[in-house]
Order: sequence, then C-alpha cells, then structure tokens
Amino acid sequence: MAEEIIEAPMVGKIIEVMVKAGDSVSEGDVVCTLESMKMENPLVSPVDGTVKDIKVAAGDTVQAGDEIAVIE
Amino acid sequence: MIETGFVEFFSNYQYPVMVVIGLVLIYLGISKKMEPLLLVPIGLGVILVNLPWPGEGLMAYKLGDTILPYVDYVEAGFPEAAEPHGLMSRIFHYGLTWEIIPPLIFLGLGAMTDFGPVIANPKTLLLGAGAQFGVYFAMIIAFALGAAGLLDFQLGEAASIGIIGGADGPTTIFVTNRLAPQILGATAVAAYSYMALVPIIQPPIIRLLTTKKQRQIYMKPQLRKVSNREKIVFPLMGTIVIILLVPASAPLIGSFMLGNLLMVSGVTDRLAKTAGGEFMNILTILLGVAVGAQMSGFIFLKPDTLGIFALGLVAFMASTAFGVVLAQLMNLVSKHKINPMIGAAGVSAVPMASRVVQTMGQRENPRNFLLMHAMGPNIAGVIGTAVAAGVFISMIG
Repeated sequence: MAEEIIEAPMVGKIIEVMVKAGDSVSEGDVVCTLESMKMENPLVSPVDGTVKDIKVAAGDTVQAGDEIAVIE
Repeated sequence: MIETGFVEFFSNYQYPVMVVIGLVLIYLGISKKMEPLLLVPIGLGVILVNLPWPGEGLMAYKLGDTILPYVDYVEAGFPEAAEPHGLMSRIFHYGLTWEIIPPLIFLGLGAMTDFGPVIANPKTLLLGAGAQFGVYFAMIIAFALGAAGLLDFQLGEAASIGIIGGADGPTTIFVTNRLAPQILGATAVAAYSYMALVPIIQPPIIRLLTTKKQRQIYMKPQLRKVSNREKIVFPLMGTIVIILLVPASAPLIGSFMLGNLLMVSGVTDRLAKTAGGEFMNILTILLGVAVGAQMSGFIFLKPDTLGIFALGLVAFMASTAFGVVLAQLMNLVSKHKINPMIGAAGVSAVPMASRVVQTMGQRENPRNFLLMHAMGPNIAGVIGTAVAAGVFISMIG
C-alpha cells in the first residue's frame, strides 16, 4: 500500500497533534498544528488513509523537511 | 495658587478631539491587538502633546530666548536656529530629524530577517519591486490633486504620501522627514494603521483580481536549501549593488544589510540578538512616542490630513493590486505557475502580508502552504520600498 509522508513545510513548533497511530483520516483532515512566525498553521492529510506513524509530539521543534507523519 | 490646564483645554476643540483620537489608538492597540507595540506608545504620545502646557511644552522648541510651541515652530518653517526644548521634541529632533532611529530600526529588522526565501527563488524579487508601482501611482494622484489646487500638496508631500503604499513605517518616516516634515505625524500614523489593517484591506483586492482556481494553485512547500555562504554573500552584494544603483538609499539599506550580516555570519550572534531584541524595543518606544507627539491638533486637524489618509489607502491598495497583477503576468510567461496571491505580499508589511496569503491559501486549498513563498516578495518589498525612498530623496530632496 502506498505511503504518504507529511513533512514540515518550514521551521516551527508543534502546538498540538490531533491524531495517533492507527487512526483513520480523510483527505484534508488536520493532523497537527505547526506554529511558525507567530501563526498557528494546520497541517492536513493529503490523502484518505490510516495513520501509520506519528513522529512528533506537542512542544517539538521541527525543521523544514522533517517528517511529521506517515499515512498509508 | 497652581494654574491648571482645564480652561485652556476646553477652550480649543483641538485638544479634546486629539485626546479622544489618542485614546482610540490605544484602544485599538490593546483591545483589538492592532500593532499594539506601536499604537500604544503613539496613542500616549498624541495625548501628551495635546494636553495644554506643560503637555504642549513637551514638543516645544527654543529660538533665542523665545519658547515656541510646536505649532509655531512648524508654521515658522522649522527654523534651523531653533533648538528642541521639551522631552518629546528632543527625542524627535535627535532621533528622527537627525535620521538616526529609522535606520537603526532597519538594523534590527535586518537581524530578524531570513533572506533564504528570496535567495531560493530570486524571481520573487520582481514581485516585491512590482508592488512598488502603487507608491508611484498614489504619488502621481497626490501631486495632481495638489497641482489642481484641491489639496495643499507639493511634490514632497506627494512622494511622502505615495510611500505609505510600501506599508513600511520607518521608511515612510524617513522620506517624510526629508521631504515634507509638516505632515510626518499623519503619514506615519497612516502607514502604521494600514499595516495593522492588512488582513482587512488585502483579501477583497486579491479576490477581485484572481479566480478561485488561480487561488488554489498548489506550490510545493519545500524551497531549495540555501547554503550559509549564499546567506552571507547576499547582504554583502545587496549592499554594494543597491547603494551603487540608488545612493540615497544607503542609510536604510546599509543598516538593513548590516543587521542581516550580523545574524548570518555565525560569529556575531550576541550583536544580532541585541540589534533585533532589546535595542529594537527601545527604539520602538522612542519612535512611537515621538511620532505620536507630532500630532498636535493644531497641525493635524486639517482637511489635508484626511486627504493624506485617503491617498495613503489608495497607495496601499494599488500596491497590493500591482503585486497580484504582476504575479498573473509572470504566470503567462513562466512554465512553473506561482499562486498569484503571493504577489500581494510584495508590500513590505512583514510578516502580516505573508500571513494573509497563507491564511487565504489554506482556506482555498488546505494542502497549500504559501507562507515561505510569500516571504520572498514580502522581504523584497522591504528592499523595494527603501529603494523607492532613495529614488524620491535623490530626485526631490
């Protein structure tokens, strides 16, 4: 089954993680909130599927390109 | 017996009206969180200078043995022999008239700016330049209204009003101080107000000039990685090329690039932290109260002030529109389509304009993450407005 990796689009801090491994998500569902430049930006799932892995937790700082979640 | 200020205060409508305006600015800052770091000190500056003596004395000047209230100093045409005599006039004189605070604020801005998005995607520099058309557009209208005798604007006033379209406070102050100091309070407050109103003013213009499909254009979030060497070379080359092109932009561009070099050099972290941190905060306080203290009711409450606010809004709206239109034109010739909304970030209100684009972009297409793409034109806009300032000062000053 194809995997989709959600990456951090820019440096920032994870404020909240809305899903956990095993949850099913639909395209457009918010996976987590990334704070960058004093803005809270929702990161959404690009596909329908199941969350295979979540690689961040609330409070983590991420760099652009860091893996956030794997959806399959 | 102590003489109070009540009788004088209520015998001239200018005093209470301006105190109310000061209170409104503070209300907007505190309750609506609109540019609070600026509107709160500006608001208090307005109140201080519109309480009759000793309040008015805060902006007084001294010519020989005569103490000139600020309005008399302005009406006398800013006599050079006059010396600042009050707390506010001293801050204003040595900080703004001497052109020290705006360039130092640019130093702090430089120390907080990441040129990465511009270096990774240099064509966004064009969008930042394109948005400056609004500055010239509003300047021409202001000059035409002045020439037609409808408002009392000469070329200096017209240029100072046009630069409001760049949505950059320190640059607006820098230009107005040089070309039309008598309208400094109005242009500065207009510039900061419109920066605070970016999320309200820009979206309808963007929607008007784009289709839903265009607003949904997806841009890959990942810009190419920019090396440290590139980040160091950019401010150095930027300083040399821009100042050779427009020498009068040197105080702003030189400070901006120095601040950035402190940040990216990797060996001057302490200096960069100071420039972009507490030093910047101190300057912001001084700038805010000094600008507010410019707004004596006797100078501010005139029909021309309304004209400045109206034309400033035209400048800002036109800059937004030109940015979007230029992005559309680039899409006609470019293979890689850009989301035309990022053109609106070509005004230099950093990072407010980028945030507007990001918010609208995600609403139209939840997968889109336009923040970094919008930062390119946004930062280029800061440079573009400083260059426009240099052009005006060279041609008119």
